[in-house]
Amino acid sequence: MSHAENLPAWAALLVAFLVLAGAGLTLIGAIGTLRFRSFFERVHAPTLGTSWGTGAIVVASMILFSVLGSRPVLHEVLIGVFISVTTPVTLMLLARAALYRDRSEGSSDVPPDHLADKPDER
Amino acid sequence: MTATILAWSVTAAQLMLVAAMACNTYRLIIGPRAQDRVLCLDALYVNAMLLVLTFGIRTGNALYFEAALVISLLGFISTVALAKFLMRGEVIE
Amino acid sequence: MRRILPYPVLTASLVIVWMLLNAFSLGHFLLGLVVAVGASRAMMQLEPSKPRLRRWQLIPWLCGIVLLDIARSNIAVATIILRGDRQARRAGFVSIPLDLRDRTGLAVLACIVTSTPGTAWVEYDSASGVLLIHVLDLVDEQEWVDLIKTRYEATLREIFE
Repeated sequence: MSHAENLPAWAALLVAFLVLAGAGLTLIGAIGTLRFRSFFERVHAPTLGTSWGTGAIVVASMILFSVLGSRPVLHEVLIGVFISVTTPVTLMLLARAALYRDRSEGSSDVPPDHLADKPDER
Repeated sequence: MTATILAWSVTAAQLMLVAAMACNTYRLIIGPRAQDRVLCLDALYVNAMLLVLTFGIRTGNALYFEAALVISLLGFISTVALAKFLMRGEVIE
Repeated sequence: MRRILPYPVLTASLVIVWMLLNAFSLGHFLLGLVVAVGASRAMMQLEPSKPRLRRWQLIPWLCGIVLLDIARSNIAVATIILRGDRQARRAGFVSIPLDLRDRTGLAVLACIVTSTPGTAWVEYDSASGVLLIHVLDLVDEQEWVDLIKTRYEATLREIFE
């Protein structure tokens, strides 16, 4: 890492901390996909990696390139925005597909269809 | 000194991301159901994208950013297509 | 003006994305402007319902709250995963009757709920306005209903309705 020699100490330590924090959160999320028992619990695990896991690594990359190039490098923001907008869409589609599949099999783990039919929940 | 710390922490972060990808791949293989596999495929895409970003931090080459953007785009499209397939049995209606 | 620029916010954000991907220069600004105006005119052909922003001043405040909440629930979910199953934890579905009807507001609420670790948007019934979410650590159902309704829904209704 020859380019890092020119980096001021505060930037190097900040980048190191953010990279470790982001990768650590992502790893914990991945362990979560192994530990949780049902699909709907597993849906929560990858969001650790896609929220602040991605955020920390993107900010680290922004700080590094901004300090090295000595002008603000902002295009990594696009990855952060893109991931934070698209992950909810995919997880929502997956959760709905899983709910539909579980219901069509008559599983008792998911609430039945037609929530609106219950008068007390209106 | 700080450059050494940075180099070691980037290496550690890359190892952690590889371990995360291994966890996701294991869940992808054991399933048990199709939605679990699709969920882990999506997480695998995101982790691969983060790994490419850390390679960019390690080498100081801004080109890795473009690769990461393309990976996240492809991951999104493919997961949406797979989720739609699980829901309806076909992708294009 | 309305005919040339049907969606000013969309056009402006496309120009910004173009310049972020390339470079901040006059040439790229003009090129991005051409692409953005073309794209937003193509969008006009699709005729999506136009979102109305009533109080955009609240948006930065909402973003701050959401980022803070996501950071907090990141820590909470990470603790749950690392602690394992040694303590009793109950996951379950919560149904919430929503008053928010604006489609853009609902989309933003879906993004907030799903990207926060610990809660996931599962189903929304547009006829009755009942939302079904899945919560990882369900202690008190009413607490989650109050959280969604007072913390996010009230702000989103102020912004969009």
